[in-house]
Amino acid sequence: MFDEWLDKYEYLIELGKNLGDYPEDRKTEDRLIKGCQSRVWLDYRMEDGKVVFNADSDAIITKGIISLLIKIYSGRRPEEIVSSDFSVVDRIGLKENLSPTRANGLISMIAKIKEVAAENL
Amino acid sequence: MDAEEIRRNFPALGRQVYGRQLVYFDNAATAQRPRSVIDEWTRITEQCNANIHRAVHLMSEEATTAYEEAREAVRKFINAGSREEVVFTSGTTASINLVAFSFGEAFVSEGDEVIVTECEHHSDIVPWQMMCQRKGAVLKVLKVDDSGHLMINSLEGLISDRTKIMAVTHISNVLGLVNPVKEIVKKCHGKGVPVLVDGAQGIVHSKVDVQDLDCDFYVFSGHKIYAAPGTGVLYGKKKWLDRMPPYMGGGEMVGTVRFSGTTYAPLPLKFEAGTQNFAGAATLKPALEFADSLMDDAEIVRSIDAVRDYLLDALISDSRIRLYGIPENAVGKIPLFSFSMDGVHHEDLALILDKMGIAVRSGQMCAEPLMDRFGVTGMLRVSLAPYNTMREAEYFMKCLDKAAVMLS
Repeated sequence: MFDEWLDKYEYLIELGKNLGDYPEDRKTEDRLIKGCQSRVWLDYRMEDGKVVFNADSDAIITKGIISLLIKIYSGRRPEEIVSSDFSVVDRIGLKENLSPTRANGLISMIAKIKEVAAENL
Repeated sequence: MDAEEIRRNFPALGRQVYGRQLVYFDNAATAQRPRSVIDEWTRITEQCNANIHRAVHLMSEEATTAYEEAREAVRKFINAGSREEVVFTSGTTASINLVAFSFGEAFVSEGDEVIVTECEHHSDIVPWQMMCQRKGAVLKVLKVDDSGHLMINSLEGLISDRTKIMAVTHISNVLGLVNPVKEIVKKCHGKGVPVLVDGAQGIVHSKVDVQDLDCDFYVFSGHKIYAAPGTGVLYGKKKWLDRMPPYMGGGEMVGTVRFSGTTYAPLPLKFEAGTQNFAGAATLKPALEFADSLMDDAEIVRSIDAVRDYLLDALISDSRIRLYGIPENAVGKIPLFSFSMDGVHHEDLALILDKMGIAVRSGQMCAEPLMDRFGVTGMLRVSLAPYNTMREAEYFMKCLDKAAVMLS
Protein backbone atom coordinates (compact mmCIF):
# COMPACT_ATOMS: atom_id res chain seq x y z
CA MET A 1 0.00 0.00 0.00
CA PHE A 2 2.73 2.40 1.02
CA ASP A 3 4.94 1.40 -1.89
CA GLU A 4 2.11 2.20 -4.29
CA TRP A 5 1.91 5.64 -2.79
CA LEU A 6 5.64 6.04 -2.92
CA ASP A 7 5.63 5.17 -6.62
CA LYS A 8 2.89 7.70 -7.28
CA TYR A 9 4.77 10.41 -5.46
CA GLU A 10 8.02 9.57 -7.17
CA TYR A 11 6.22 9.90 -10.50
CA LEU A 12 4.67 13.25 -9.48
CA ILE A 13 8.05 14.52 -8.27
CA GLU A 14 9.56 13.56 -11.63
CA LEU A 15 6.74 15.35 -13.47
CA GLY A 16 7.21 18.40 -11.27
CA LYS A 17 10.92 18.55 -11.94
CA ASN A 18 10.38 18.24 -15.68
CA LEU A 19 7.78 20.99 -15.97
CA GLY A 20 9.08 23.78 -18.23
CA ASP A 21 10.45 27.09 -17.05
CA TYR A 22 8.00 29.54 -15.60
CA PRO A 23 9.08 33.20 -15.74
CA GLU A 24 9.44 34.88 -12.34
CA ASP A 25 7.59 37.99 -13.52
CA ARG A 26 4.48 35.91 -14.17
CA LYS A 27 4.25 34.81 -10.54
CA THR A 28 1.62 37.43 -9.92
CA GLU A 29 -1.29 37.58 -7.54
CA ASP A 30 -3.88 37.09 -10.31
CA ARG A 31 -2.15 33.92 -11.51
CA LEU A 32 -1.92 32.49 -7.99
CA ILE A 33 -4.37 29.69 -7.30
CA LYS A 34 -6.15 30.31 -4.04
CA GLY A 35 -6.90 27.45 -1.69
CA CYS A 36 -3.60 25.59 -1.83
CA GLN A 37 -1.23 25.28 1.10
CA SER A 38 1.72 25.81 -1.21
CA ARG A 39 1.85 28.58 -3.79
CA VAL A 40 0.72 27.54 -7.27
CA TRP A 41 0.69 29.83 -10.29
CA LEU A 42 -1.20 29.08 -13.49
CA ASP A 43 -0.49 31.03 -16.66
CA TYR A 44 -1.80 30.50 -20.19
CA ARG A 45 -1.70 31.81 -23.74
CA MET A 46 -4.05 31.23 -26.66
CA GLU A 47 -2.65 29.52 -29.76
CA ASP A 48 -4.87 28.81 -32.78
CA GLY A 49 -7.93 28.88 -30.55
CA LYS A 50 -6.38 26.47 -28.08
CA VAL A 51 -5.40 27.12 -24.49
CA VAL A 52 -1.74 26.49 -23.71
CA PHE A 53 -1.08 26.33 -19.97
CA ASN A 54 2.08 26.82 -17.97
CA ALA A 55 2.38 26.52 -14.22
CA ASP A 56 4.72 26.54 -11.27
CA SER A 57 4.67 25.80 -7.58
CA ASP A 58 7.10 26.10 -4.71
CA ALA A 59 6.17 22.56 -3.63
CA ILE A 60 7.29 19.78 -5.92
CA ILE A 61 4.43 17.31 -5.45
CA THR A 62 1.90 20.05 -6.05
CA LYS A 63 3.91 21.03 -9.10
CA GLY A 64 3.69 17.42 -10.27
CA ILE A 65 -0.08 17.44 -9.85
CA ILE A 66 -0.57 20.67 -11.79
CA SER A 67 1.86 19.36 -14.38
CA LEU A 68 -0.34 16.28 -14.79
CA LEU A 69 -3.40 18.49 -15.27
CA ILE A 70 -1.53 20.57 -17.82
CA LYS A 71 -0.54 17.43 -19.72
CA ILE A 72 -4.21 16.59 -19.99
CA TYR A 73 -5.69 20.01 -20.67
CA SER A 74 -3.05 22.08 -22.40
CA GLY A 75 -3.52 22.48 -26.16
CA ARG A 76 -7.25 21.90 -26.03
CA ARG A 77 -10.02 24.22 -27.14
CA PRO A 78 -11.83 26.07 -24.33
CA GLU A 79 -15.14 24.33 -25.05
CA GLU A 80 -13.46 20.92 -24.66
CA ILE A 81 -12.10 21.92 -21.27
CA VAL A 82 -15.35 23.42 -20.05
CA SER A 83 -17.33 20.33 -21.04
CA SER A 84 -14.82 17.88 -19.53
CA ASP A 85 -16.06 16.12 -16.40
CA PHE A 86 -12.53 15.74 -15.12
CA SER A 87 -13.17 12.07 -14.33
CA VAL A 88 -9.70 11.37 -15.68
CA VAL A 89 -8.38 12.72 -12.37
CA ASP A 90 -10.18 9.88 -10.57
CA ARG A 91 -8.97 7.30 -13.01
CA ILE A 92 -5.32 8.15 -12.64
CA GLY A 93 -5.54 7.60 -8.91
CA LEU A 94 -5.54 11.11 -7.54
CA LYS A 95 -9.04 10.78 -6.21
CA GLU A 96 -7.77 10.85 -2.63
CA ASN A 97 -6.58 14.36 -3.31
CA LEU A 98 -9.95 15.54 -4.55
CA SER A 99 -11.47 16.28 -1.19
CA PRO A 100 -11.81 20.05 -0.89
CA THR A 101 -10.01 20.03 2.43
CA ARG A 102 -6.81 18.49 1.10
CA ALA A 103 -4.03 20.96 1.41
CA ASN A 104 -2.72 20.58 -2.11
CA GLY A 105 -5.88 22.09 -3.52
CA LEU A 106 -6.50 19.90 -6.56
CA ILE A 107 -10.08 21.20 -6.64
CA SER A 108 -8.84 24.78 -6.78
CA MET A 109 -6.47 23.93 -9.62
CA ILE A 110 -9.27 22.36 -11.65
CA ALA A 111 -11.54 25.31 -10.92
CA LYS A 112 -8.87 27.71 -12.16
CA ILE A 113 -8.32 25.72 -15.37
CA LYS A 114 -12.08 25.76 -16.02
CA GLU A 115 -12.26 29.46 -15.23
CA VAL A 116 -9.53 30.24 -17.78
CA ALA A 117 -11.30 28.13 -20.40
CA ALA A 118 -14.66 29.78 -19.72
CA GLU A 119 -13.15 33.24 -20.09
CA ASN A 120 -11.84 32.28 -23.52
CA LEU A 121 -14.89 30.58 -24.98
CA MET B 1 4.08 3.43 33.83
CA ASP B 2 6.03 3.56 30.62
CA ALA B 3 4.95 5.01 27.30
CA GLU B 4 3.82 1.61 26.00
CA GLU B 5 1.50 1.22 28.97
CA ILE B 6 0.04 4.68 28.47
CA ARG B 7 -0.56 3.95 24.81
CA ARG B 8 -2.95 1.13 25.67
CA ASN B 9 -5.33 3.75 27.06
CA PHE B 10 -5.62 5.41 23.65
CA PRO B 11 -7.63 3.46 21.06
CA ALA B 12 -6.64 5.82 18.21
CA LEU B 13 -2.94 5.15 18.71
CA GLY B 14 -3.47 1.51 17.77
CA ARG B 15 -4.76 2.25 14.30
CA GLN B 16 -3.02 1.74 11.01
CA VAL B 17 -2.75 4.29 8.22
CA TYR B 18 -1.91 3.21 4.65
CA GLY B 19 -1.11 -0.22 6.05
CA ARG B 20 1.39 1.11 8.57
CA GLN B 21 1.30 1.69 12.30
CA LEU B 22 0.26 5.29 12.96
CA VAL B 23 2.86 7.64 14.41
CA TYR B 24 0.90 10.60 15.73
CA PHE B 25 3.09 13.69 15.96
CA ASP B 26 0.41 16.40 15.71
CA ASN B 27 -0.42 16.61 19.38
CA ALA B 28 -0.12 20.37 19.61
CA ALA B 29 -3.17 20.58 17.36
CA THR B 30 -5.24 17.82 18.98
CA ALA B 31 -4.17 15.23 21.52
CA GLN B 32 -5.66 11.77 21.33
CA ARG B 33 -8.27 10.81 23.90
CA PRO B 34 -7.80 8.12 26.55
CA ARG B 35 -10.42 5.49 27.30
CA SER B 36 -11.54 7.26 30.49
CA VAL B 37 -12.45 10.37 28.49
CA ILE B 38 -14.26 8.39 25.80
CA ASP B 39 -16.16 6.50 28.52
CA GLU B 40 -17.25 9.68 30.28
CA TRP B 41 -18.47 11.14 27.00
CA THR B 42 -20.41 7.95 26.31
CA ARG B 43 -21.82 7.80 29.85
CA ILE B 44 -23.19 11.35 29.65
CA THR B 45 -24.60 10.71 26.19
CA GLU B 46 -26.21 7.39 27.09
CA GLN B 47 -27.23 8.00 30.68
CA CYS B 48 -27.78 11.68 31.35
CA ASN B 49 -28.33 13.62 28.16
CA ALA B 50 -30.35 16.49 29.62
CA ASN B 51 -29.97 20.24 29.99
CA ILE B 52 -27.86 21.24 32.94
CA HIS B 53 -28.82 23.73 35.67
CA ARG B 54 -32.50 23.67 34.73
CA ALA B 55 -34.84 20.79 35.23
CA VAL B 56 -35.39 19.07 38.55
CA HIS B 57 -35.42 15.59 37.03
CA LEU B 58 -32.69 13.08 37.76
CA MET B 59 -30.96 13.04 34.38
CA SER B 60 -30.60 16.81 34.47
CA GLU B 61 -29.23 16.64 37.99
CA GLU B 62 -26.68 13.99 37.03
CA ALA B 63 -25.57 15.97 34.00
CA THR B 64 -25.27 19.09 36.16
CA THR B 65 -23.21 17.18 38.70
CA ALA B 66 -20.81 15.92 36.01
CA TYR B 67 -20.47 19.43 34.60
CA GLU B 68 -19.84 21.06 37.97
CA GLU B 69 -17.46 18.29 39.06
CA ALA B 70 -15.47 19.02 35.92
CA ARG B 71 -15.37 22.68 36.90
CA GLU B 72 -14.00 21.70 40.29
CA ALA B 73 -11.43 19.45 38.57
CA VAL B 74 -10.30 22.42 36.48
CA ARG B 75 -10.18 24.68 39.51
CA LYS B 76 -8.01 22.20 41.34
CA PHE B 77 -5.78 21.51 38.32
CA ILE B 78 -4.87 25.18 37.84
CA ASN B 79 -5.23 26.07 41.54
CA ALA B 80 -7.82 28.79 40.95
CA GLY B 81 -9.12 30.49 44.09
CA SER B 82 -12.79 29.64 43.52
CA ARG B 83 -15.19 28.00 41.07
CA GLU B 84 -16.53 31.43 40.21
CA GLU B 85 -13.27 32.10 38.43
CA VAL B 86 -13.57 29.09 36.12
CA VAL B 87 -15.76 29.73 33.07
CA PHE B 88 -16.40 27.01 30.51
CA THR B 89 -16.11 28.01 26.85
CA SER B 90 -15.77 26.19 23.55
CA GLY B 91 -11.99 26.56 23.52
CA THR B 92 -9.03 28.91 23.76
CA THR B 93 -10.25 31.01 20.84
CA ALA B 94 -13.66 31.50 22.42
CA SER B 95 -12.07 32.36 25.77
CA ILE B 96 -9.86 35.05 24.25
CA ASN B 97 -12.71 36.48 22.20
CA LEU B 98 -14.78 36.66 25.38
CA VAL B 99 -12.11 38.59 27.24
CA ALA B 100 -11.25 40.83 24.30
CA PHE B 101 -14.91 41.76 23.96
CA SER B 102 -16.04 42.04 27.56
CA PHE B 103 -12.84 43.50 28.98
CA GLY B 104 -12.75 45.90 26.03
CA GLU B 105 -16.33 47.02 26.67
CA ALA B 106 -15.57 47.69 30.33
CA PHE B 107 -12.08 49.13 30.28
CA VAL B 108 -10.81 50.19 26.84
CA SER B 109 -11.45 53.54 25.18
CA GLU B 110 -10.14 55.49 22.21
CA GLY B 111 -6.38 55.97 22.29
CA ASP B 112 -5.77 53.15 24.77
CA GLU B 113 -3.22 50.44 24.04
CA VAL B 114 -3.08 46.65 24.05
CA ILE B 115 0.15 44.63 23.91
CA VAL B 116 0.51 41.22 22.25
CA THR B 117 3.66 39.40 21.18
CA GLU B 118 5.09 38.39 17.84
CA CYS B 119 4.81 34.69 18.67
CA GLU B 120 1.07 34.62 19.27
CA HIS B 121 -1.35 32.27 17.54
CA HIS B 122 -3.89 34.10 15.33
CA SER B 123 -6.43 33.43 18.07
CA ASP B 124 -4.46 35.69 20.39
CA ILE B 125 -4.03 38.43 17.79
CA VAL B 126 -7.24 38.81 15.81
CA PRO B 127 -9.68 39.20 18.77
CA TRP B 128 -7.47 42.03 20.11
CA GLN B 129 -7.28 43.64 16.67
CA MET B 130 -11.06 43.51 16.43
CA MET B 131 -11.38 45.05 19.88
CA CYS B 132 -8.87 47.78 19.02
CA GLN B 133 -10.78 48.59 15.84
CA ARG B 134 -14.04 48.76 17.75
CA LYS B 135 -12.60 50.95 20.48
CA GLY B 136 -10.13 53.02 18.47
CA ALA B 137 -7.29 51.54 20.50
CA VAL B 138 -3.76 50.72 19.36
CA LEU B 139 -2.15 47.27 19.20
CA LYS B 140 1.52 47.07 20.15
CA VAL B 141 3.78 44.09 19.60
CA LEU B 142 6.57 42.64 21.73
CA LYS B 143 9.08 41.07 19.32
CA VAL B 144 11.06 37.83 19.45
CA ASP B 145 14.80 37.52 18.76
CA ASP B 146 16.39 35.19 16.19
CA SER B 147 16.33 32.25 18.58
CA GLY B 148 12.60 32.77 19.15
CA HIS B 149 12.82 34.21 22.67
CA LEU B 150 10.67 37.18 23.60
CA MET B 151 12.70 40.38 23.85
CA ILE B 152 11.67 40.88 27.43
CA ASN B 153 13.96 43.86 27.93
CA SER B 154 11.90 45.95 25.55
CA LEU B 155 8.64 45.21 27.37
CA GLU B 156 8.86 48.09 29.81
CA GLY B 157 9.37 50.51 26.92
CA LEU B 158 6.15 49.24 25.32
CA ILE B 159 4.02 49.82 28.39
CA SER B 160 2.56 53.31 28.69
CA ASP B 161 -0.06 54.87 30.90
CA ARG B 162 -2.55 54.05 28.14
CA THR B 163 -1.81 50.30 28.20
CA LYS B 164 -4.96 48.48 29.29
CA ILE B 165 -4.02 44.80 28.93
CA MET B 166 -1.29 42.50 27.67
CA ALA B 167 -1.81 39.09 26.07
CA VAL B 168 1.02 36.58 25.85
CA THR B 169 1.26 32.91 25.07
CA HIS B 170 2.66 30.64 27.77
CA ILE B 171 4.28 28.46 25.08
CA SER B 172 4.17 29.33 21.39
CA ASN B 173 2.56 26.64 19.21
CA VAL B 174 5.35 27.21 16.69
CA LEU B 175 8.48 27.77 18.77
CA GLY B 176 7.74 25.50 21.71
CA LEU B 177 9.70 27.74 24.05
CA VAL B 178 8.40 28.34 27.54
CA ASN B 179 7.88 32.08 27.86
CA PRO B 180 8.73 33.76 31.19
CA VAL B 181 5.10 34.59 31.88
CA LYS B 182 5.56 35.03 35.61
CA GLU B 183 8.19 37.70 34.99
CA ILE B 184 5.96 39.34 32.37
CA VAL B 185 3.03 39.41 34.78
CA LYS B 186 5.25 40.97 37.43
CA LYS B 187 6.50 43.65 35.07
CA CYS B 188 3.02 44.44 33.80
CA HIS B 189 1.49 44.51 37.27
CA GLY B 190 4.25 46.90 38.30
CA LYS B 191 2.65 49.33 35.87
CA GLY B 192 -0.92 48.38 36.69
CA VAL B 193 -1.48 46.34 33.51
CA PRO B 194 -3.41 43.04 33.71
CA VAL B 195 -2.19 40.04 31.72
CA LEU B 196 -3.98 37.31 29.79
CA VAL B 197 -1.95 34.14 29.31
CA ASP B 198 -2.80 31.92 26.34
CA GLY B 199 -2.26 28.49 27.84
CA ALA B 200 -3.34 26.38 24.84
CA GLN B 201 0.07 24.68 24.80
CA GLY B 202 1.25 25.68 28.28
CA ILE B 203 -1.43 23.76 30.16
CA VAL B 204 -0.36 20.47 28.57
CA HIS B 205 3.29 20.30 29.45
CA SER B 206 3.69 21.20 33.09
CA LYS B 207 1.61 22.09 36.09
CA VAL B 208 0.11 25.54 35.99
CA ASP B 209 -0.70 27.42 39.17
CA VAL B 210 -2.63 30.55 38.25
CA GLN B 211 -2.26 32.03 41.73
CA ASP B 212 1.48 31.56 41.63
CA LEU B 213 1.67 33.06 38.11
CA ASP B 214 -0.63 35.81 39.38
CA CYS B 215 -1.97 36.24 35.83
CA ASP B 216 -5.35 37.91 35.46
CA PHE B 217 -6.66 35.48 32.84
CA TYR B 218 -5.47 32.03 31.80
CA VAL B 219 -7.17 30.31 28.88
CA PHE B 220 -6.91 26.86 27.32
CA SER B 221 -8.70 24.25 25.21
CA GLY B 222 -9.81 20.78 26.25
CA HIS B 223 -8.89 18.94 23.05
CA LYS B 224 -5.17 19.58 23.44
CA ILE B 225 -5.16 18.02 26.91
CA TYR B 226 -7.01 14.78 26.14
CA ALA B 227 -10.58 16.10 26.58
CA ALA B 228 -13.37 16.40 24.01
CA PRO B 229 -13.12 19.03 21.26
CA GLY B 230 -15.32 22.09 21.64
CA THR B 231 -14.39 22.45 25.29
CA GLY B 232 -12.31 25.16 26.86
CA VAL B 233 -11.64 27.19 29.95
CA LEU B 234 -11.40 30.82 30.84
CA TYR B 235 -9.84 31.41 34.20
CA GLY B 236 -10.26 35.02 35.25
CA LYS B 237 -9.68 36.81 38.51
CA LYS B 238 -13.00 37.56 40.12
CA LYS B 239 -12.20 41.26 40.40
CA TRP B 240 -12.14 41.47 36.57
CA LEU B 241 -14.94 39.04 35.75
CA ASP B 242 -17.25 40.89 38.13
CA ARG B 243 -16.71 44.15 36.32
CA MET B 244 -16.92 42.77 32.77
CA PRO B 245 -20.31 42.72 30.98
CA PRO B 246 -21.59 39.41 29.58
CA TYR B 247 -20.30 38.38 26.14
CA MET B 248 -23.48 36.68 24.94
CA GLY B 249 -27.01 36.90 26.26
CA GLY B 250 -29.57 34.16 26.79
CA GLY B 251 -29.99 30.82 28.52
CA GLU B 252 -28.75 30.45 32.06
CA MET B 253 -26.75 33.68 32.16
CA VAL B 254 -29.67 35.66 33.56
CA GLY B 255 -30.97 36.58 36.97
CA THR B 256 -34.37 37.99 36.06
CA VAL B 257 -35.57 39.03 32.63
CA ARG B 258 -38.07 41.84 32.16
CA PHE B 259 -38.64 43.96 29.08
CA SER B 260 -37.72 46.85 31.31
CA GLY B 261 -34.33 45.29 31.98
CA THR B 262 -32.45 42.11 32.79
CA THR B 263 -30.15 41.18 35.63
CA TYR B 264 -27.39 38.65 35.19
CA ALA B 265 -26.57 35.39 36.90
CA PRO B 266 -23.66 35.30 39.33
CA LEU B 267 -20.23 34.07 38.19
CA PRO B 268 -19.39 31.90 36.40
CA LEU B 269 -22.81 31.39 34.77
CA LYS B 270 -22.92 35.04 33.69
CA PHE B 271 -20.50 34.07 30.92
CA GLU B 272 -22.10 30.73 30.00
CA ALA B 273 -25.01 31.70 27.75
CA GLY B 274 -27.07 29.06 25.99
CA THR B 275 -27.02 25.30 26.39
CA GLN B 276 -23.47 24.37 27.17
CA ASN B 277 -21.44 21.50 25.73
CA PHE B 278 -22.00 19.62 28.98
CA ALA B 279 -21.00 16.20 27.64
CA GLY B 280 -17.76 17.67 26.38
CA ALA B 281 -17.04 19.74 29.49
CA ALA B 282 -17.59 16.70 31.71
CA THR B 283 -14.67 14.96 29.97
CA LEU B 284 -12.32 17.60 31.35
CA LYS B 285 -12.43 15.79 34.70
CA PRO B 286 -11.02 12.42 33.54
CA ALA B 287 -8.78 14.26 31.05
CA LEU B 288 -7.16 16.46 33.68
CA GLU B 289 -6.88 13.57 36.12
CA PHE B 290 -5.06 11.67 33.40
CA ALA B 291 -2.79 14.62 32.59
CA ASP B 292 -2.09 15.09 36.28
CA SER B 293 -1.09 11.45 36.72
CA LEU B 294 1.33 11.71 33.78
CA MET B 295 2.92 14.87 35.15
CA ASP B 296 3.40 13.16 38.52
CA ASP B 297 4.98 10.04 37.05
CA ALA B 298 8.75 10.40 37.13
CA GLU B 299 9.29 7.55 34.68
CA ILE B 300 6.97 9.13 32.10
CA VAL B 301 8.56 12.55 32.53
CA ARG B 302 12.04 11.02 32.05
CA SER B 303 10.86 9.12 28.99
CA ILE B 304 9.33 12.10 27.14
CA ASP B 305 12.27 14.33 28.14
CA ALA B 306 14.65 11.78 26.62
CA VAL B 307 12.66 11.74 23.37
CA ARG B 308 12.64 15.55 23.32
CA ASP B 309 16.40 15.70 23.89
CA TYR B 310 17.01 13.16 21.14
CA LEU B 311 14.91 15.09 18.59
CA LEU B 312 16.35 18.45 19.59
CA ASP B 313 19.85 17.12 19.12
CA ALA B 314 19.07 15.26 15.87
CA LEU B 315 17.36 18.28 14.29
CA ILE B 316 19.94 20.83 15.39
CA SER B 317 22.86 18.72 14.19
CA ASP B 318 21.36 18.15 10.71
CA SER B 319 22.89 20.84 8.51
CA ARG B 320 19.93 20.76 6.06
CA ILE B 321 17.52 21.73 8.83
CA ARG B 322 16.70 25.16 10.18
CA LEU B 323 14.99 24.82 13.55
CA TYR B 324 12.87 27.69 14.89
CA GLY B 325 12.82 28.19 18.62
CA ILE B 326 16.28 27.32 19.88
CA PRO B 327 16.25 26.92 23.66
CA GLU B 328 19.07 28.03 25.93
CA ASN B 329 18.76 24.62 27.56
CA ALA B 330 16.52 21.67 26.81
CA VAL B 331 14.16 22.26 29.74
CA GLY B 332 13.12 25.57 28.17
CA LYS B 333 11.50 23.70 25.29
CA ILE B 334 8.57 21.32 25.07
CA PRO B 335 8.72 18.35 22.67
CA LEU B 336 7.53 20.52 19.79
CA PHE B 337 9.77 21.27 16.83
CA SER B 338 9.04 23.52 13.88
CA PHE B 339 11.62 23.61 11.14
CA SER B 340 12.33 24.02 7.47
CA MET B 341 14.66 22.03 5.29
CA ASP B 342 16.94 23.47 2.62
CA GLY B 343 15.46 23.20 -0.87
CA VAL B 344 12.49 21.11 0.26
CA HIS B 345 8.96 22.38 0.72
CA HIS B 346 7.25 21.63 4.05
CA GLU B 347 4.09 20.48 2.31
CA ASP B 348 5.98 17.90 0.22
CA LEU B 349 7.62 16.53 3.36
CA ALA B 350 4.29 16.34 5.19
CA LEU B 351 2.61 14.52 2.29
CA ILE B 352 5.31 11.88 2.09
CA LEU B 353 5.59 11.46 5.87
CA ASP B 354 1.83 10.94 5.94
CA LYS B 355 2.18 8.02 3.56
CA MET B 356 4.89 6.64 5.82
CA GLY B 357 2.32 6.66 8.63
CA ILE B 358 3.54 9.81 10.37
CA ALA B 359 1.02 12.57 11.09
CA VAL B 360 2.73 15.97 11.25
CA ARG B 361 1.63 19.53 10.65
CA SER B 362 2.80 21.75 7.82
CA GLY B 363 2.02 25.31 6.85
CA GLN B 364 1.68 28.58 8.71
CA MET B 365 0.30 27.03 11.87
CA CYS B 366 -2.05 29.97 12.46
CA ALA B 367 0.91 32.23 13.11
CA GLU B 368 1.52 34.22 9.94
CA PRO B 369 3.35 37.09 11.67
CA LEU B 370 5.86 34.57 13.00
CA MET B 371 6.30 33.04 9.52
CA ASP B 372 7.04 36.55 8.20
CA ARG B 373 9.45 37.12 11.09
CA PHE B 374 11.51 34.11 10.02
CA GLY B 375 11.04 34.78 6.30
CA VAL B 376 9.27 31.53 5.41
CA THR B 377 5.90 30.66 3.85
CA GLY B 378 5.44 27.80 6.27
CA MET B 379 7.18 25.21 8.40
CA LEU B 380 6.97 21.54 9.25
CA ARG B 381 6.02 20.83 12.86
CA VAL B 382 6.27 17.70 14.94
CA SER B 383 4.70 17.87 18.38
CA LEU B 384 4.83 15.00 20.83
CA ALA B 385 2.85 13.79 23.82
CA PRO B 386 3.95 11.55 26.69
CA TYR B 387 2.60 8.53 24.78
CA ASN B 388 5.15 9.02 22.02
CA THR B 389 8.21 6.80 22.17
CA MET B 390 11.89 6.91 21.30
CA ARG B 391 11.22 4.22 18.69
CA GLU B 392 8.75 6.56 16.97
CA ALA B 393 11.18 9.48 17.13
CA GLU B 394 13.95 7.40 15.56
CA TYR B 395 11.57 6.14 12.87
CA PHE B 396 10.58 9.75 12.17
CA MET B 397 14.17 10.88 11.71
CA LYS B 398 14.81 7.98 9.33
CA CYS B 399 11.67 8.78 7.32
CA LEU B 400 12.47 12.49 7.25
CA ASP B 401 15.83 11.71 5.72
CA LYS B 402 14.26 9.34 3.19
CA ALA B 403 11.64 11.94 2.22
CA ALA B 404 14.29 14.64 1.87
CA VAL B 405 16.35 12.42 -0.43
CA MET B 406 13.26 11.68 -2.54
CA LEU B 407 12.50 15.37 -2.87
CA SER B 408 15.91 16.79 -3.59
